Order: sequence, then C-alpha cells, then structure tokens
Amino acid sequence: MSSTAELLVVPVPDPGVGTVLLPKWRTALARVRQEHSGTPLKLLLLALVAAGFWSAVFTVAYRVLKYARSAPEIGSFLPQKMLGVILLAFASILLLSNLVTALSTFFLAKDLDMLIAAPIDWMRLYLAKLGETVAHSSWMVALLAIPIFTAYGIVYDGGPWFWLVALGAFVPFLLLPAVLGAVITLVLVNVFPARRTRDLLSLVAIGAMAIVVVTLRVLQPERLARPEGFRNLVDFLGALQSPTSPFLPTEWTADIIMNWLNRVADPLPIALLWSTAGAFVVLGALAHKRLYRNGFTKAQEGAEQYVRGKRWPRIASRLLGGLPVAKREFIIKDVLLFFRDTTQWSQLILLAVLLLVYIFNIRALPLFTGERVSVLLVTMVVFLNLALAGFVLAAIAARFVFPSVSLEGKQLWLLCSSPLDLEALMWSKYWTGTVPLLVLALLITGVTNVLLQASPFMMAVSIGTITLYTLATSALALCFGTLFPQFDTENAAQIPTSFGGLVYMMASVCLLGVVIALEARPVLQFVRANQAGVPLELDLPMAVMFGASAVLCLASTLIALRIGLRRIREIDA
Amino acid sequence: MIRLTNLTKRYGSFTAVDGIDLEVPSGELFGFLGPNGAGKTTTLRMIAGILKPTSGVVEIGGDDLERKPRKAKTRMGFIPDRPFVYDKLTGAEFLRFVAALYGQEGPAIERRMDELLKLFDLAPWKDELTESYSHGMRQKLIISSALIHQPEVIVVDEPMVGLDPKSARLLKDLFREFTSRGGTILMSTHTLEVAEDMCDRIGIIQGGKIVACGTMAELRHQFAAGDASLEDLFLRLTGGTPELELGHVFDR
Repeated sequence: MSSTAELLVVPVPDPGVGTVLLPKWRTALARVRQEHSGTPLKLLLLALVAAGFWSAVFTVAYRVLKYARSAPEIGSFLPQKMLGVILLAFASILLLSNLVTALSTFFLAKDLDMLIAAPIDWMRLYLAKLGETVAHSSWMVALLAIPIFTAYGIVYDGGPWFWLVALGAFVPFLLLPAVLGAVITLVLVNVFPARRTRDLLSLVAIGAMAIVVVTLRVLQPERLARPEGFRNLVDFLGALQSPTSPFLPTEWTADIIMNWLNRVADPLPIALLWSTAGAFVVLGALAHKRLYRNGFTKAQEGAEQYVRGKRWPRIASRLLGGLPVAKREFIIKDVLLFFRDTTQWSQLILLAVLLLVYIFNIRALPLFTGERVSVLLVTMVVFLNLALAGFVLAAIAARFVFPSVSLEGKQLWLLCSSPLDLEALMWSKYWTGTVPLLVLALLITGVTNVLLQASPFMMAVSIGTITLYTLATSALALCFGTLFPQFDTENAAQIPTSFGGLVYMMASVCLLGVVIALEARPVLQFVRANQAGVPLELDLPMAVMFGASAVLCLASTLIALRIGLRRIREIDA
Repeated sequence: MIRLTNLTKRYGSFTAVDGIDLEVPSGELFGFLGPNGAGKTTTLRMIAGILKPTSGVVEIGGDDLERKPRKAKTRMGFIPDRPFVYDKLTGAEFLRFVAALYGQEGPAIERRMDELLKLFDLAPWKDELTESYSHGMRQKLIISSALIHQPEVIVVDEPMVGLDPKSARLLKDLFREFTSRGGTILMSTHTLEVAEDMCDRIGIIQGGKIVACGTMAELRHQFAAGDASLEDLFLRLTGGTPELELGHVFDR
C-alpha cells in the first residue's frame, strides 16, 4: 500500500443522525439565505405578515384568556379546558399532517436510494427520518403555539422558567403524533403500494378533516357562550369541568403547563408524557426494524393500474367542439389531470363540507326568531356575508387556480416548444378555473341571501359584486401563480401555502376591502331610504361608487391577466 | 433549414452560449458535441423555443422563431434529454394531446399514433398511465410525440440515454430514413461512436463557442489529425485529459 493511500484511510465512525440530516439542514439554510438575498420589499412583507399574524393570535388569546380567568365560578378551570381543547385540535392536525409527511420522508423522498444503499445503521436512519417528519409536519403548529403559550405565560405570570416548562411539555407532545403517523404509514405501505397509499392517505386526511369540521359544528360551540341554553348551571359546569380523557397526552401536556402556572407540584403528568413518548419512539423503532425493508421495497412498485375517466374526454370533446383543437385538448388535459390526482380532487370534499358548514352557519344565525328584525341589521348581515363569501372564494382560488401554472412544471418544455400560443394557455387556465368558481360564487351568494331574506336591491348588489370580484380574484390567482411559480414541487397541496400564495391572498383581500368600502355608502343610502319609508333613488354618487367598484374589478382582471401573460412569456422552462 | 445567427445566452455575467453562427441544411444530420457545461443543451433549448436568447436569431425553415414562433415551431419536433411527461395521462392520451398542440386530430392522427406506439413496442402499454412507464419507455414516448405531427426538423438532446440496444438501433434507422427524405436533424450527444457513425457534419462546442465544425474528413484535415478517431479529436479540441495516476483511487 502506498504512503498516499495510508494517508487516505482514516477510520470514520458510522454515519450518525446528524450526518444523515446534514444535507436537509444545509438546504434549509441555503433557502433562508436565498430568501434574505431577495428584495428588501419581500423581506419586509414577510416580517410584517409574521408580526401581524403573531400579534393577532396573541391579542385574541390574551383577551379571551383574561376574560375566561376572571369569569366567576368557572374562571379557575376554564383556561385549562381551553388549553386542552387547543392541544386536542393541534394533535388532530399533527396526526393528519404526520401521516402524509411520513410517507414522503420514509418512502418517497429522493435521498432514500442513496441512504438505503449506504452503510447506515437502521436505528439512526429511523431517528433521522423521524426528526425530519417532526420538523416538516410540526413547524406550523409550533409557530401558532408560540403566541398562545405567551398569552398563558403573561396572564398567569409564569416567570422566565415557563418557557422551559412549555418546551419540555411540547416536545414529547410533537413526538407522539409523529411516531404514530410513521407507524400507521409503515403498516399501510406494507399493505398497499406507496402511490396507492399516498392516494389513500390524502383521502383519509381530507375525510378526517371534514369529519372534524362537521363534528365541531354539530357540537354547536356557540352554546358555551349562551349558558342559558343548558338545562341548568350544573350541566354547564359539568360540560366544562370534565376532562376530555385522562388517558390523552393532550391532557397531560395541558396539566404540565397549568400545574406550573397554578404553582401545583405534580410530577405525574410529566412522567406520563415523557415515558409514553419514549415508549412510542422505541415501539416505533421496533416496528421500523421489522417492517421497513419490506415496505420500502413495496414503495418502489405499483403505479395506478386503474385509469379513471377514460370515456369522458370524448364527451368533453363534443361539449367543447366549438374551440380550436389545441385549446380544447388543453382544457380536457387539465381536467383529466385534476380528477386523476387524488391529492387535488380530494380537496373538493373538504371544500364541499366547508361550504355546507358556511350555509349552515348562516341558517343558524339568530336573526329570524319571531321578533321583528330591523332592515339595518339584515342589510348589514347580507353585506358582511358578501365580504365573507368573497374571502371564501379567494381562498378557493388560492387552492385551485393559483397552482395551475406551477403544475405544468416539468412539462413546460413541451408547451414552450409547441406552436401553442401561450396566450391560449393562459386563457384556458383562466376559464377552467373561473367558470366553476363563478358557479360556486353565485350559488353561495344566492342561497345565503335567500336564507337571509335579502331585499331585491341587496340581492342585485351581491350578485353583481360577487360576479365581478370572482373574475378579478381568479385573474389575480393566475397572475400571482405565474409570478411566483413552484415548478419543483411534488405535492400540489403545498403550492398555495408558498410565499406567492400569501401575497396573492393579501392582494385579493385588499381588493375585496376596497370594493366593500366603495359599496358601503350606497348600501347605507338604501338602508336610510328604507328606514325613512321612501323609494331608493339612484343618484350620481351611488352610480359613481358602484361604477368605481365595477371598474376596479374589471381593471384588476385585465391588468392581472396581462401581467401574467407577459411573465409566462419570459419564463425559461 | 436551421439557421443560427450570433446566438447568445447570458445568465448574469456568465455567458453560456457565445455568439454561435450555424446553418444546417435540409437532409442533414448535424451532431453537436461538447464537454459537460459547454452550452449544448442551452443552444438546443433556445432553438426549440424553450429558452429566450439574450441576442441573436434562430430561423427554422426561413421563419424567425422570435417573430413567427407558431410557424417555426410547427415545422419542428423537440426531444429533450429528460423525459418529463404528464404522469396521470396514458401514453395514447399524451400523444393525442401533443398532436392537438400542433393543431392535428382525427383518424389520421389515431393511425399514426398506433403506428408509432407499435414501432417503439409501446402498444401494449398505450392505455396505462405514464407514471408506470420505465425511463426508457418514457423516452420512447417522447420520441414518438416529436414525430407524431410529421415535423420537417428534429432537435434532439441526447437521444440514446435510457434506450435499449434494439430501440437505439431503431432510432438510428429512423433518423437516417428521415434525413434521406429531406428532413433536418440537429442532435447533441456524448456518445462519440454514435456521432461518428450517424452525423453528416459535426460541431464541437466549448465554452459556449463552436471551436470546430465540418465532416469527419474536414475536421481531420483542419486539425492535421491523420486518421484520428473522433474521440481523439474531441479530446484534443476540448483540452483533453492529462495522463493521471489513478491507482490511488482504489487503494485501501
């Protein structure tokens, strides 16, 4: 052996968890650096949004907590109950999020081939991937928890050590759903191929979310604000006092935090939470050792065998017969891809449930309980409903229209090298997204206005405004989706939560705010005329306000589409 | 058929393609060679209309790609080096979609689609989603898609990657037949044997510039290389590789 070779042979220990996670850590750092090297405006916007969000959550949490703590009779246990409910909601979100994330990190990630082929100890691989799963699936919940825990700490004067206690309670709380999610995924992958599991998990996650939403609504939480709805005070207090379940880790977490804040020395919840988390990690590791190899092999197999929607392109061809062939096939392609991708179409389930809950909420409003209701109140509710419907539509456009350009991603080479006019592409994307959105907008506004017994004037204002706003918000979604494309994403559901998605939502909400502000005066004029019992006169200021609102929406539509078109021509695919 | 005039692409201060002038006439198969990062793929993507040149002109069949993109692109079929297709479309649906992008549909396209799928042994999988295709099958599907609208020009980046020997042979025969009927091919490849065997003329690109261009005989004559192989010529022109002591790489 040569001397050079002797120098080269350095005994190295087995790669540890840190080594396995190093590329991910470096990637995250590089991303942060890229973000920092961006325009100052982008950074400022991000800082403002973060500060605004945290301040808003903190303010709400602080006020509610202060009020709850000072409430007579129930003030001593209501804050703990609230914390238990918040943590239970967090745990449900975390479990669903971990299920989907664990499938990616343990079975579908691009680095797995290299890691599995390398001589890495199975336990270290498990711990590294578990850590990655926790980080990916929990950061949003952790960020949301900070202002809430801060509110608890301040209201109860928890002292400087409170943060350490909160951290000590929160870390095992985050670990438990991650281990559980990883184990469930492990079992599912051993039963189904990974791609089918992904579909299945999307459905399970969305279905479970829908059930949670429906359950929360059916429980009628507004009853807690109206204690008179209970048979007697004992029932009400009983509903508040009973723990969700003494066996739930969320209760132990809440106990640890509240014990510290109430200066109660009780080591039992700490012992329960940490020992359970430890046991879960060990059991998870054993399951991993036993099932992972087989599961990973199965994850390499099995694409979808059953091809959905083979027949209907022919029907769609006939329906869209008037369009040029390229535009027609482009629309058919977009619709086919949408309904064949479970991660995309399954979001419709949640959307349907949220809309039902929305309509249910409007119906549940205590407006028509037999007493005479003023025109002012009904008109205000109808007008606010218009704003709320606009916001819901912007959120739906963020979910379905905003990602449409990003989803072309790696196939953009084909569109750019073909003679397809990119203007046609944009128009196809625009109308494919806008038509269903418009139908939905008219349906929501129409149905809720009928439920609210809106006057013909308010009905006309609502329908006109929501139509123009839908055209504009859809154009804005497409425009911002083109300005901030996410071509490398593997999960369509993550695109709306990107920076571009955030900027789109802000722009859309601003537009909505201006439109509502412009129309507030004519609506007030209508209320006054009604109260005075005189017919409403369409005067110049009213026409100007409505006209300005319409022009604003139309201008936003055209300018957004023009910017989007110019940008897509500049994209280097 | 393909004419590039002073074609340039810059990324900030880095010049990836530096003022390339090239003309590939009808009936010619032109091979584009060069080391990694020399600017081959960037040039081909500009010709295909995927990347916008910083300056310069690309003409396909006399039509300026910038001024008359639809006319120029209608004449062309592009085969990229990485076979990205829509995972949730079947092979047949993908070909039908590509044909539609070129404004073609109907029984003639259905027949041609069946012919191409059969030719590339994809017929049994034509109704399967492309997510279940292997790398080679995707590559063959993309080659079929570039041929479905009967182009006059084919721009192809690394065509042999992922193909089995039978398919590679088939592609060579197809390209020969295509050029013999007056078609034009601009092909980039790292496989020097393929280039030597198939190309009428060869251009070697280095640092974004064409450093040599001509038939094999012209290149040998130009660089006084006797009967040197393309590999020797290529290494000489692109800086070659020094004699290295490689034993230590495998020492334990």
